[in-house]
Amino acid sequence: MAETLLFNALRAATDEEMARDETVLVIGEDVGHYGGSYKVTKDLCKKYGDLRVLDTPIAENSFMGMAVGAAMTGLRPIVEGMNMGFLLLAFNQIANNAGMLRYTSGGNYEIPMVIRGPGGVGRQLGAEHSQRLEAYFQAVPGLKIVACSTPYNAKGLLKSAIRDRNPVLFFEHVLLYNLKEDLPDDEYLLPLDKAEVVRPGKDVTILTYSRMRHHVVQASKALEQKGFDPEIIDLISLKPIDYQTIGESIRKTHKVIIVEECMRTGGIAAEIIASINDRFFDELDAPVLRMSSQDIPTPYNGRLESLTIVQPKQIEEAVEKMMALRI
Amino acid sequence: MVQDRTLPVFQAAAAQVSQDEGLRLYEDMVLGRYFEDKCAEMYYRGKMFGFVHLYNGQEAVSTGVIKAMRPDDYVCSTYRDHVHALSAGVPARNVMAELFGKETGISKGRGGSMHMFSKEHNLLGGFAFIGEGIPVALGAAFQSRYRRDALGDASADQVTAAFFGDGTTNNGQFFECLNMAALWKLPILFVVENNKWAIGMAHERATSQPEIYRKASVFGMPGYEVDGMDVLAVRDVAQAAVARARAGEGPTLIECLTYRFRGHSLADPDELRSQAEKEAWQARDPLSRFEAYLLEQNLADEAALKAVRDKITALVEESVEFAESSPEPDPSELRRYIFAEG
Repeated sequence: MAETLLFNALRAATDEEMARDETVLVIGEDVGHYGGSYKVTKDLCKKYGDLRVLDTPIAENSFMGMAVGAAMTGLRPIVEGMNMGFLLLAFNQIANNAGMLRYTSGGNYEIPMVIRGPGGVGRQLGAEHSQRLEAYFQAVPGLKIVACSTPYNAKGLLKSAIRDRNPVLFFEHVLLYNLKEDLPDDEYLLPLDKAEVVRPGKDVTILTYSRMRHHVVQASKALEQKGFDPEIIDLISLKPIDYQTIGESIRKTHKVIIVEECMRTGGIAAEIIASINDRFFDELDAPVLRMSSQDIPTPYNGRLESLTIVQPKQIEEAVEKMMALRI
Repeated sequence: MVQDRTLPVFQAAAAQVSQDEGLRLYEDMVLGRYFEDKCAEMYYRGKMFGFVHLYNGQEAVSTGVIKAMRPDDYVCSTYRDHVHALSAGVPARNVMAELFGKETGISKGRGGSMHMFSKEHNLLGGFAFIGEGIPVALGAAFQSRYRRDALGDASADQVTAAFFGDGTTNNGQFFECLNMAALWKLPILFVVENNKWAIGMAHERATSQPEIYRKASVFGMPGYEVDGMDVLAVRDVAQAAVARARAGEGPTLIECLTYRFRGHSLADPDELRSQAEKEAWQARDPLSRFEAYLLEQNLADEAALKAVRDKITALVEESVEFAESSPEPDPSELRRYIFAEG
């Protein structure tokens, strides 16, 4: 595929899966004629028609439930949240029906559907367009949650998500759509439940996901200059968490920092730290350090906005302190 | 304060129902009634728990609509779903076993009274939150249209019926789904069981325009008001709506004016509804009316009707025995069914 922008990697994954399986369809606002607000479905309606790339009215809870019903009766819908924040309106259908209906029906029905779209803090988009819902949904049983972060993993993960027989929340990030990467020509799929070791190292385990992966990588360049050797792990799967990969790393480094973009309170890191406590407490030389966004609505002002999320410089300082065990 | 609407008049004599069909409809309504009565008895004996919402009085709606459909059509219900499940063909023993929380229940004891599901019978649920089943029903209808028009499968002419109450028609999902169903001409019946009460909230106290069937025209959809205590009237409207949907002509809204003889649930003291109101509606009991009709039309005699009642009495007893003697789910399977594996 050569050099591919992330949104086109998602587009290719969608196109390939729709060509492969006629029961796959896309449902969402402006996914059809408009091509998607981030161009992920551009021109797909010309190829597949208005029913397979369905432009919906603005009714998130209802078209989410419609996707559940379609999935129960044999189709494989991909629902696009124009912004994942809009899916707060669909929480009823995502939690009660997509997440729990298989269990409540005693296994009568399966719900193969993907719910995807952009989230995260962008550039001065204001509080309501800067939401991160992954932590809110992580407690819902029956959901799988992944966060892509590169064109390579975006394509492989989306294909796997579409083929999965369960509801998958697929979080993309508003600021990562223009990342470029060389992709293989051959088809590839990535497992939904495996973390990615971005940079092996022996000093400290840094767990991260989505855009923060790139902040961590940026920080690691400076850290390398100073002689540090961090191990960077992109969680990829936010539900379930890949504790096998995490465990292997902790047994090596004995120190953990988690860098996330969701709110600090009740965030992904909060869950992981509790689980690390349960599983790997004896391996730790220090408490797990959590670096999260501030517990505030994202302000419009650019400088204030940049203060609400974790920046590379802060990650650098945290690693230095952790290595000196001065946390 | 509560004004009764004039019930639409239906010429039952013109219904043209055969003896077989008449007895079939009668049997389904008797099953609905006797099953629910047995549930009340079992609840008070401590065999079933939680929120149980009984359907007594509304049998003409379930029978009238669902028996006008095919087995491969879809039915989507609410928490008041026992009788919809029965009309859709789910065996009484499996509904009773579900209420007893047994492994042999239709939802494997995981769902309970409000969550009856059966893939085999195309029963899409059983939902606790009002309105949340309507989009699911819309999805099944969408799937039919998709198979027919996007995949070219001419045999994909299944119809979906969504049942819900008067209270639900003030909810956003109702309006959103009417819009999409009309927009995309989906093969769906929106069946409103207007029993005048949403727990203790009278319909007229919650609704600026209480005539629900009028709301269909705003979406360019046909809407009908029907005497929900008359199984042949309901059936007549349902048959036309099913035919429209199957022919690709789109959705229909059917408002059935009906009444529940019991409280909202077995926990409801039912103190707000007046005795006069209850008596007026009990006088229109759909079972008594249909019995009278069958006798008048010489479609059945007393012996035939009694035979049906005896058969159903035995069936309901058997369903209790089955439920009693069925095993509980295995605790080691607590986490089964969270995900589809593979």
